[in-house]
Amino acid sequence: MTEPPVPTFARPFETIGRGTIELIDVLGRFGTFFGLAVVSMVTPPFKVRAFVDRLHYIGYLSLLIIILTGAFTGMVLGLQVYLTLSRFGSEAFLGPAVALSLIRELGPVLAALMVTGRAGSALTAEIGIMRITEQIDALTVMALNPFRYLVTPSILAGIVTFPMMTALFDVVGIFGGYLVGVKLLGLSEGTYFGEMRTFVDFADVMTGFWKSLSFGAIVTWVATYKGFYVGHGAEGVARATTQSVVLASVLILVWDYFLGSILP
Amino acid sequence: MIKVRGLTKSFGAQPVLRGIDLDMPDRSITVIIGRSGGGKSVFLKHLLGLLRPDSGQVMINGTDITNLGVRAMDEVRQHYGVVFQGGALFDSLTCFDNVAFPLREKTKLGHREIAERVEQRLGQVGLAGVGPKYPAEISGGMRKRVAFARALVTDPEIVFFDEPTTGLDPVLVNTIHRLILDLHRALGFTAVMVSHEIPEIFALADTVAMLHDGRIVAVGPPAAIQGSEDPVVRQFIHGEPELSK
Repeated sequence: MTEPPVPTFARPFETIGRGTIELIDVLGRFGTFFGLAVVSMVTPPFKVRAFVDRLHYIGYLSLLIIILTGAFTGMVLGLQVYLTLSRFGSEAFLGPAVALSLIRELGPVLAALMVTGRAGSALTAEIGIMRITEQIDALTVMALNPFRYLVTPSILAGIVTFPMMTALFDVVGIFGGYLVGVKLLGLSEGTYFGEMRTFVDFADVMTGFWKSLSFGAIVTWVATYKGFYVGHGAEGVARATTQSVVLASVLILVWDYFLGSILP
Repeated sequence: MIKVRGLTKSFGAQPVLRGIDLDMPDRSITVIIGRSGGGKSVFLKHLLGLLRPDSGQVMINGTDITNLGVRAMDEVRQHYGVVFQGGALFDSLTCFDNVAFPLREKTKLGHREIAERVEQRLGQVGLAGVGPKYPAEISGGMRKRVAFARALVTDPEIVFFDEPTTGLDPVLVNTIHRLILDLHRALGFTAVMVSHEIPEIFALADTVAMLHDGRIVAVGPPAAIQGSEDPVVRQFIHGEPELSK
């Protein structure tokens, strides 16, 4: 039975209604996907080898880009903050300013954005290609749950590696700020690190930790979801990869603001 | 025995399967032929439990799989072996590891026993010694044969072949068909194959079913299909150009 045609005056409402239903459908699927991944995380069998592979893929292979971006972020911060503080004669606060900016904000966000660009996109492309070449169907018809091999290890590896990579980014960034502030601009080493100890407390470190942990879950969740439900052919994989990077980046910034406003 | 009754499936407003009835006897080779876009792959996905129909039944050894939950469906799939159109080998694993994968993940066999079974299957498909290579390092025909070895390594009762000879040259097509026949004789599985290869499949099949426009329009032994007077069947098996509309 075919539906009666929609009168002209009602078409905008039909469009809004259809869009709303599609949005709810996608959000429901997105949420269910994460729920299934969490269930697979806490119920055996656990795929330890797949998890270790993902640790290597997401974490180890991102180390170089994390060290590079961390160092230059710290150096830029060191230079700009020193120049700003010197206008007020407050150069002594360079250490805490660099450390707090990195630990609370820039470390988790920039590290997450860098890993999204490197590993998130690759993860979407890899799973997407597995989908279009029927490798995921092959797992399913072998009576093996593809979630356990592809999705759960990736999300778990993201949750484990993002805080570590953020910590590395922070340390390298603080050292970059030290190189510029102390070695180049002449601030004393004791002032740089001494004031840092005074002003940076454990709550700041935990704020950065919770942010990076949640970013790890968000990036891998989006990347695996987009790969798992990829469209057709090479074009579908290309579109999914782009969407994955854009969506994950936007969610990182939105979630960063949200967490920044509720965490101490 | 695989029995399909009244199977229908639509995607949106587009009906793809319009009520399929078909029996596929145990230990026989049933080949489903038909034009591209006729619903063959969708039909196969219903047999594999990858799609759920709008209505109808798919009975595998007496169990209707159309409404089974994930675990119950996985139980049924323990008896399946599947050769996908492109092979669907895992790119990141060697050929040996691809064939060993279902044994490692689904059985408690030791390393030595797994190695023996994998080498035996690779030998049966004429690829002894290819184990250490990655799928990207071997030809399309060899990839298909590795896929055969992986599908058969668990000694399945039912093996599904989704256009196993697509993209291969005529010599390889006949080689693959001969291989399927030899393996079928040796291992005695029930084979369900979707294929375009006319007339080669007539030498291979016990039963041929023609799927056209979402319906089975002819079913029977190869000779009956070859002698069919049905214009749709004749057009397909003789490769006649499309009738002007």
